[in-house]
Amino acid sequence: MLDQTILGYRRENGRVGVRNHVIILPLDDLSNAASEAVANNIKGCMALPHPYGRLQFGKDLELHFRTLIGTGRNPNVAAVIVIGIEPNWTRKVVDGIAETGKPVAGFHIEQNGDINTIAAASRKAKEFVQWASELQKEPCPISELWVSTKCGESDTTSGLGANPCVGAAFDRLYENGNTLVFGETSELTGGEHLVRDRCVNEQVAKHFMETWSAYNDFINENKTNDLSDSQPTKGNIEGGLTTIEEKALGNIQKIGKKCKVDGVLEPAEEPTGGKGLYFMDSSSAAAEMVTLCAAAGYVVHFFPTGQGNVIGNPILPVIKITANPRTVRTMGEHVDVDVSGILQKEMNMEDAGQKLLECMISTANGRMTAAEALGHREFVLTRLYRSA
Amino acid sequence: MIHFIVHDQHDSVGVVVVEGVEAGQEVTGWIMDQDKELKVKLLNDIPIGHKFAIRDLNEGDTVMKYNTDIGRMVQPAKAGEHVHVHNLKTKRW
Repeated sequence: MLDQTILGYRRENGRVGVRNHVIILPLDDLSNAASEAVANNIKGCMALPHPYGRLQFGKDLELHFRTLIGTGRNPNVAAVIVIGIEPNWTRKVVDGIAETGKPVAGFHIEQNGDINTIAAASRKAKEFVQWASELQKEPCPISELWVSTKCGESDTTSGLGANPCVGAAFDRLYENGNTLVFGETSELTGGEHLVRDRCVNEQVAKHFMETWSAYNDFINENKTNDLSDSQPTKGNIEGGLTTIEEKALGNIQKIGKKCKVDGVLEPAEEPTGGKGLYFMDSSSAAAEMVTLCAAAGYVVHFFPTGQGNVIGNPILPVIKITANPRTVRTMGEHVDVDVSGILQKEMNMEDAGQKLLECMISTANGRMTAAEALGHREFVLTRLYRSA
Repeated sequence: MIHFIVHDQHDSVGVVVVEGVEAGQEVTGWIMDQDKELKVKLLNDIPIGHKFAIRDLNEGDTVMKYNTDIGRMVQPAKAGEHVHVHNLKTKRW
């Protein structure tokens, strides 16, 4: 099945996308209003408002740029309008996106005002939307899909069904030569030794353990209790998960039984080492992590859930998988792949993985996910520390 | 019907996977990794997704799930008793 092709968009830099978004990307909080006005004027484009971008510095600022530039570079995006308060940082984002060869234009508000900026950016957005709407899909190998995973509102059924289902699919995609990623650094705590043992060589294992230890040290330095209710969350606890170790062991099921960890990425870092499974240092909060995956260039996301996380992303289709029969009954509209049969031995893990891969293929071919149909577009930037 | 699942035969706890199981009920479990069956009489009502002890656990005992350490008991629990945040704590944070 994985030797089939999907119909995707072959971008200027050769990457394959499965969506054709024209986005209006604000550099900073101040530019949200103008960006949203442009998206309101011009049909078929989408603003990605967010609350940051002012007085950030150091690694936190680098992450801000990497996330915005990476979002624009993502192959699910056809063209980009960047709007910032002033021209210099705006140009930095434009230049980073322009490296891919896709159409991108920047506008700044100072010395123009919102109204003139909106008018000029709207004219360009109209041009981009009409250009993008003419792009034709073409057959592309499935191995060119970059697939990310992160789970959310997990419960004990996640570790029994939905997460190992993703693992079964990841094992097959890994063999197929796809580029994969997982992350959630703090949420490997209790199973970090198992991830270390899956690293392809000593160098990657050392890099992984240093990354995990640094996050764990940060938690130990800032915690005021054992993090119960935060990690695991209230929702996890309601669903029956008790400790971080238990949650982590369920989480790790997502990397299957055969995949090796081939490299370690910074948050929002695009892998340049070729096919394989990457670990990305990242928050375990759903929208933050999925936003980082989109910024790293991933085009389809597997999101297993137990209690029913409703998250989506503006540019990255998020496929929801659950094994919890109560979640299927009470929140079925959010579920793309129901694998609850695993818990009654009505479905084996191989069949569950196959069902997910079939959903991945139809999603790549253009079928909207539940989160897309329901309008979930959570775009959440990770901050590393306070502004200056 | 499978009422609960145990990941591995070395585990201390099972997970209820159906709604509505009650104290006093004898429930049927599936030990996934070894594909074996197990029966336990419940001492509490257990919500779907929640765990119970499949053997007697003492205060201080390490609790195993996925055949791996998931924390320690801070109160004892008998086989069939609910195991959650009131009697099981992380060894990490």
